[in-house]
Amino acid sequence: MRSLALPLTALALLAALALGLAVALGSVSLGPAQLGAVLVGQGDDLSRTLVLDLRLPRALAAFATGGLLAVAGALMQVLLRNPLADPYVLGLSGGAAVGALLAMLAGLGSALVSGSAFAGALLSTLLVFGLAHGTGSWTPSRLLLTGVVVAAGWGAVVTLMLALSPARALPGMLYWLMGDLSYARSPLPGLLVLASACLLAFPLGRSLNVLARGSLQAAALGVAVRPLEWTVYIAASLLTAVAVTIAGSIGFVGLVVPHMLRLVLGNDQRLILPASALAGGTLLTLADTLARTVIAPEQLPVGVITALLGVPTFLYLLHRSR
Amino acid sequence: MGYLALEALVIDVPGRDDGRPLDLHIESGQIWGVLGPNGVGKTTLLHTLAGLRAPRAGTLHLDAAPLSELGRRAVARRLGLVFQERADGFPATVLETAMIGRHPYLSPWQMESDADTRLARDALARLDVAHLEHRLVGTLSGGERQRVAIATVLTQAPQLWLADEPTNHLDLHHQTAVMALLAEQAANGRAVVLCLHDLNLAAQWCTHLLLLYPDGEACWGPARQMLVPTALERLYGQPLATTDIDGTPVFVPRRTS
Repeated sequence: MRSLALPLTALALLAALALGLAVALGSVSLGPAQLGAVLVGQGDDLSRTLVLDLRLPRALAAFATGGLLAVAGALMQVLLRNPLADPYVLGLSGGAAVGALLAMLAGLGSALVSGSAFAGALLSTLLVFGLAHGTGSWTPSRLLLTGVVVAAGWGAVVTLMLALSPARALPGMLYWLMGDLSYARSPLPGLLVLASACLLAFPLGRSLNVLARGSLQAAALGVAVRPLEWTVYIAASLLTAVAVTIAGSIGFVGLVVPHMLRLVLGNDQRLILPASALAGGTLLTLADTLARTVIAPEQLPVGVITALLGVPTFLYLLHRSR
Repeated sequence: MGYLALEALVIDVPGRDDGRPLDLHIESGQIWGVLGPNGVGKTTLLHTLAGLRAPRAGTLHLDAAPLSELGRRAVARRLGLVFQERADGFPATVLETAMIGRHPYLSPWQMESDADTRLARDALARLDVAHLEHRLVGTLSGGERQRVAIATVLTQAPQLWLADEPTNHLDLHHQTAVMALLAEQAANGRAVVLCLHDLNLAAQWCTHLLLLYPDGEACWGPARQMLVPTALERLYGQPLATTDIDGTPVFVPRRTS
């Protein structure tokens, strides 16, 4: 329970390794020596541009997105007392997708697409929360069901929009729906949100551990349950909205990463939340590197890679676990 | 005023009339048994006493302060509740489960200290489950899980114990061991309120009894005065045979058909 440092250090090393791979690999691959030269401010112009202007921002954006999704998933799982909950289960990605596709149909630029996706995710959050909260009795199963139904509704709207859209707009829309990091250029906001989420998570962690055992038990042990649940729900929604805004909808990271970590590290949220940030970031960085190198110069949607990597790993861990 | 004072308290059992309001003081050193048939509101009463449910009417004072004005954390440092039902959404080990009893005492930035771990291990040892400390709670038997839940409240070390059928699932030896633990807590100046279905445990261990009737009626007082066979037969609607062993009354349900 006390050993937070060892797993976090190991995960941080893995994250650094993944980021290193992401900036080294590509149409022109760099060796460790060239990479080191660029990072200390030397090296030729081509490799400087490649690393600092193209690959590093994208790798960091992938890292931030993966971390945000994994932390949001871990929070949602505690909130719903269901180890298989996911930030997208509650209809967040559906709302974001409708917002983004509307902006694309209107021919707006990528900044407005992102803003519209963010607004859609928040609208969906408020909708689900308002409906689930309606009569004042808010149980995890009620919230989950409301989210699932709202998500199904968004899914229908997305399909309708795809059916009615002009053919030339379809590839961009499909890429967005499958998750795409090729337009992600400013990783800083995402990284800042991720870092503050991890800082917030530590003092809340033990309360979340108690909340995971049920709201009555948590209240009996001194947790102010309702304010904590609000905080967790709003935080998880914001994290997901930011992630969706960076890279479109990427499934699976929020579900698989926290669950895999729980199988290996136990269920202390003070460890699981920062570990999710690191492992989720690492997974998506690696997935994005694969997505842009495996059939280069063509790029795959990163969401496909996360699913193809995540599903077998997850099934193996589940099979092997007690 | 007792450690927990009930003044004109009416618990909120949906669809039932108010009945007789409860006016009683639970003092340190006392063991109160709550008796009554299924669905009479014993669990609702315990949850109300713990501040987890609002009463329909009346007030509660805990440690001389109005319960409704104490924060959850302040309440959790004074009273602990052994739940009848427990949800295990996520797997957790026995030791981790006992450790959450320290939650009310730790600040948000604080990790559990060695002293906290020692308290949890002592509590597990006291309940004969120390050898299970690395096992997942979900893999234990019902009786072992019950003892882990009691060990968690022992780790919490509250001044007032509320226990909802703490002897559920326990074998005869551990039923007696748990009642002895609660009696020891009371002897050390703490107070205990427990719901029971076993009249004989109530007769052996409780200093006071509260009888809850299905129509909302209630009566309470020192155990010796409350253990009247006719009152108990009316309480459960069940004829009883009564005898006396070592000066303690013993009740056995009579076969009616």
